[in-house]
Amino acid sequence: MKYLIMIYGNPRNWEHPMFLHDPGFLALPPEEREEVARQAEELRREITESGEFVAGVALADPALTKNVRGRDGVPVTTDGPYVESKEQLAGYFVLDCESPERAASIAARFPDARFAAVEVRPIMDMAGQEM
Amino acid sequence: MTGFEDLLRGLAPQVLAALVRRYRDFEAAEDATQEALLAAATHWPVDGVPDRPDAWLIRVASRKLTDQLRSEQASRRRESAVPVSLVAPAADVPIVGDDTLMLLAMCCHPRLTAASQIALTLRAVGGLTTAEIARAFLVPEQTMAQRISRAKQKIKGARFTVPADMRAVLHVLYLIFNEGYTASSGPSLHRVELAREAIRLTRLVHALLPSDGEVAGLLALMLLTDARRPARTLADGSLVPLAAQDRSLWDRSLVSEGLALVRHTLTHARVGVYQVEAAIAAVHAEAASSAETDWAQIVGLYGVLASLDPNPVVTLNLAVAVGMADGPRAGLAVLGQLSGDARMVGNHRLHAVRAHLLEMAGSLTEAHEEYREAARLTTSVPEQRYLRSRAARLG
Repeated sequence: MKYLIMIYGNPRNWEHPMFLHDPGFLALPPEEREEVARQAEELRREITESGEFVAGVALADPALTKNVRGRDGVPVTTDGPYVESKEQLAGYFVLDCESPERAASIAARFPDARFAAVEVRPIMDMAGQEM
Repeated sequence: MTGFEDLLRGLAPQVLAALVRRYRDFEAAEDATQEALLAAATHWPVDGVPDRPDAWLIRVASRKLTDQLRSEQASRRRESAVPVSLVAPAADVPIVGDDTLMLLAMCCHPRLTAASQIALTLRAVGGLTTAEIARAFLVPEQTMAQRISRAKQKIKGARFTVPADMRAVLHVLYLIFNEGYTASSGPSLHRVELAREAIRLTRLVHALLPSDGEVAGLLALMLLTDARRPARTLADGSLVPLAAQDRSLWDRSLVSEGLALVRHTLTHARVGVYQVEAAIAAVHAEAASSAETDWAQIVGLYGVLASLDPNPVVTLNLAVAVGMADGPRAGLAVLGQLSGDARMVGNHRLHAVRAHLLEMAGSLTEAHEEYREAARLTTSVPEQRYLRSRAARLG
């Protein structure tokens, strides 16, 4: 089963990996910061080596967003994200996991879950069982 | 050329198994097998196929492998690697059947995750390439390669013996089948191949263990289920429930082969889960329509299944059968056993079955709500479309 893991971050210090620039992270004592960064690296390696990692994408600064909407049949393009908020989508991972519990436990280990927010959503399957 | 490819693909697992038996190094054995297959693909079209193609391949692969092991040993002589002289007896007399079963058991080792068991089985026994397996599971080749190499590492040094029972292997073959069977339309052709591959491998195991009732049962179950493939989806990919399928589309030759297997195994072998599942599929296959189905017999068979392997999915299916045999209220009463079962929380099938029984009972408002809830919970696009359409008919 595939899952989308969405990483949110504070748009004020836009630089990947996002958590490294989060005020909450920067406020930690140096040895704890080191430990958090090490665990993040370990998680990355773990999901790659296990064959769960399917895809990953880092998004550019939300200021570069083009918001496109149709108005009376005419597409209208404006600059900036659709919703201004404290946290913006910073990137995502697609993982193929054995269970929703496994996907959630991986998501919880992204440091961004601690400093900003991480969301896990199942990806729909084009296959189905007859009822 | 295809003749050669088929021949080589059929021989590959035997060669690999013989090498793993002798040298106990899965990774090196696989490399050597690949090299031997390449050598065969260049030599045989010119020199002709040898009298014993299996022995030829095993001899060539063994030579490649010993060369490789010797050079590795030379390069790390100070490490305490297992010397080549300690390995088991000659590999070039193949013990074909046992070797294949040992290889299957190794690929389905309990230490591996289901995803790895599936990948390794398709690769080592099925002879599919990593790219083919990746396409079938809709992941990048790199991801599948990781899964396979991780699996190989994990089974390094595992005992290579004929398994006492084939349960783990049958489970993996069934998972492969289902992966292919559920995807039977549109852009999913690569996945459909998986159903065919699972049937091919189960046939292979059945030929090696003809008196194992569960192997025969699983093969029959796959054949009887696969027979319904042409009827289970419409051209636009939408799902057709069993009750509404055009049974004239069912593949008659698969049905009759499956029925013959079930009849034979039920009278000759100790009963097991797959045989009972196959027997249920057989009752459906013998009925001209859903209404003419012997539902009482299906209820009885689900009872047997529940005693062999009690689990909520069996109860769910029992509820459907009881609903058909004794009326929807009786079916709903069976379903009541599952309320409060933590394993069924958030399960869309529970709501779909309840919706179906409520609709039969004439409680249309409640049925509508249950269909909507089931549609909300499923993560399958065609299932959701089907459940929404059922809800819309009642809305």
